[in-house]
Amino acid sequence: MLAVNQLTCLRGERRLFQQLTFELPEGQWLQVQGANGAGKTTLLRVVAGLVAPQEGEVTWRSQPIRENRDQWNRDLLYLGHHAALKEELTAVENLSYGLGLEGFSSSPEQLNAALHQFGLKDREYLPVRYLSAGQRRRVLLTRLLVRPASVWVLDEPYTALDVQATAFLSTVIETHLERGGCAILTSHQTLGLHPGRTVSLG
Amino acid sequence: MNGFVMALRRDMVLALRHKSEWLTALFFFVIVTNLLPLGVGPEASLLRKIAPGVLWIGALLSTLLGLPRLFAPDHADGTLEQMALSPIPLPWLVAGKIVAHWLVCGLPVVLMAPLLGLQFDLPVRSLGLLVVSLMLGTPLLSAIGALGAALTLGLRGGGALLSLLILPLYIPALIFGAGAVEADLAGISAQGHLSLLGAILVVSVFFSPWVTSMALRIALE
Amino acid sequence: MSNSIINWFKYASPASFYPLAGRMIPWFSWLAVVLIASGVWLGLFVAPTDAQQSEGYRIIFVHVPASWMSMFIYCVMAFWSALGLAFNTRLSGMMTAALAPTGAMFAFLSLWTGALWGKPMWGTWWVWDARLTSQLILFFLYLGFIALQSAIDDPRRADRAGALLALVGVVNIPVIYFSVQWWNTLHQGASVSLTKAPSMAHVMLEGMLVMALGFWSYAIAVALTRVRCIILEREITSEWIKRNAVE
Repeated sequence: MLAVNQLTCLRGERRLFQQLTFELPEGQWLQVQGANGAGKTTLLRVVAGLVAPQEGEVTWRSQPIRENRDQWNRDLLYLGHHAALKEELTAVENLSYGLGLEGFSSSPEQLNAALHQFGLKDREYLPVRYLSAGQRRRVLLTRLLVRPASVWVLDEPYTALDVQATAFLSTVIETHLERGGCAILTSHQTLGLHPGRTVSLG
Repeated sequence: MNGFVMALRRDMVLALRHKSEWLTALFFFVIVTNLLPLGVGPEASLLRKIAPGVLWIGALLSTLLGLPRLFAPDHADGTLEQMALSPIPLPWLVAGKIVAHWLVCGLPVVLMAPLLGLQFDLPVRSLGLLVVSLMLGTPLLSAIGALGAALTLGLRGGGALLSLLILPLYIPALIFGAGAVEADLAGISAQGHLSLLGAILVVSVFFSPWVTSMALRIALE
Repeated sequence: MSNSIINWFKYASPASFYPLAGRMIPWFSWLAVVLIASGVWLGLFVAPTDAQQSEGYRIIFVHVPASWMSMFIYCVMAFWSALGLAFNTRLSGMMTAALAPTGAMFAFLSLWTGALWGKPMWGTWWVWDARLTSQLILFFLYLGFIALQSAIDDPRRADRAGALLALVGVVNIPVIYFSVQWWNTLHQGASVSLTKAPSMAHVMLEGMLVMALGFWSYAIAVALTRVRCIILEREITSEWIKRNAVE
């Protein structure tokens, strides 16, 4: 179970949220709601462990994530709103280096298959430079299929996706939840997922 | 260890697809050192005397040139966040990137240096020593520079600020490196200089990835 | 024992340090005025004229204490930085930031008075002496620190990045000093040693010590004033400032 206890965060001199507490058991998902600038991204970065909160802590399986970073980083998959893709590399290269930097590996066939599932057939060996925004987003989301993790922290995963890809992403998330994973996401859209928990900021 | 190799390979692949980047650093080195005779006159004895210092300062500045791009692209596209959240300890990945920076910006300079040394009328024996001192010194420059690159990540005027932070820390490397060649020119053994340079190299290569990772985590917050 | 530890942590919070600093500033300011005045008096009127250097040498009453202070303040900054990184206290970062300009000022003063001294003694404004060169590099380190801090908008990042830089700097200073010393001995030509003040008179040493203590008090007073400004700036939105500091 992922638990957030009494979290307080400042940006500059402004208090984004304070005394925020919630729990997320395995198999459940949580939607972070709030207006632009309410601190959704900051909350996700705090949960991921990139930003230290002003007060409070995040625990995973009752261990504070900052004290048990190795285990947490193995179990966590974080997708920020940057693409984390290199324009000069092909989709397959991007994925395999991305996995390599995290200590995982995957055969080119597996990567190809995963890219096909996300509707990127015949785009595997094009430099990412030649892909559209939505296609880049799909390359990034392919990580969800090839990088094993139990906690997904996804910042605006539905941005720039068409109807088909949106539906597919929702089934991917549902499958993840059925296997006992959990997910936190920010999104403005209605998602087509079974109702989950919500946290509102601001 | 795996992560180290992966980070190194990735950065090398990227560098090879961006040839202009490291070629710029190399040509910068060549041009700067070649401007000097034009500034101080072509007298051979004077040139021989200032050659070690000139070549070393040229090497120092051209390594500096590549440093702002060591972490900035990865920072801009979010790869750095992924690295910071990787199960592989960040210092390993940083070490891979530092070595890649040296291979791309440092090694070509080392290999080009003897040729430029000839232009400055350095005797052949000293050329060998020049290469050895740069071989020990340029990785040191990459290692220390990485810290500056991490501290100034994403700041206004990052490049100029980087030089202000890092150049004072380069002084020992410059003194021992250029000093080794000068000592050799003067017919004294360069052993002491090289040992000290080697000692500083070992210490900074050991600590730099670790301190740089701390700086990167600070920059990511 | 435990009581005193709690007290320390109490003063580590800006809210309780702010009034404390306010009470301390007048004391240190007056102490600085008195000590520097008596240092000047000792240096200009009491200390005997030097046989070799005549009256010009009297500038060391400013030069030497300023050099001491510039080195010392960097070490103090490193100390606060280590504390800040280890315990994540906000006040340490503020202290480091408040000390840096004073340290840079002393380093500059030391260089400037060194040059003023060098002109009549050696006939040149600048000598590539090991000490002067090291002092110059220390000045650069201060400038680097200040530049880095002022380039970062987020105060938390500024504090932590500055702290890391100060620590790396303090580790490097001995290496830099040693290498400059080494470089200097190999290029003997230009070097003139500042160290040999032959049989320094007692009163000269006393003058310098009094002056150094005066500089100390000045540095503390100025740093505390600056810390108060930084606290006001950063905590402007918090309740305690609205309640107390407006008085």
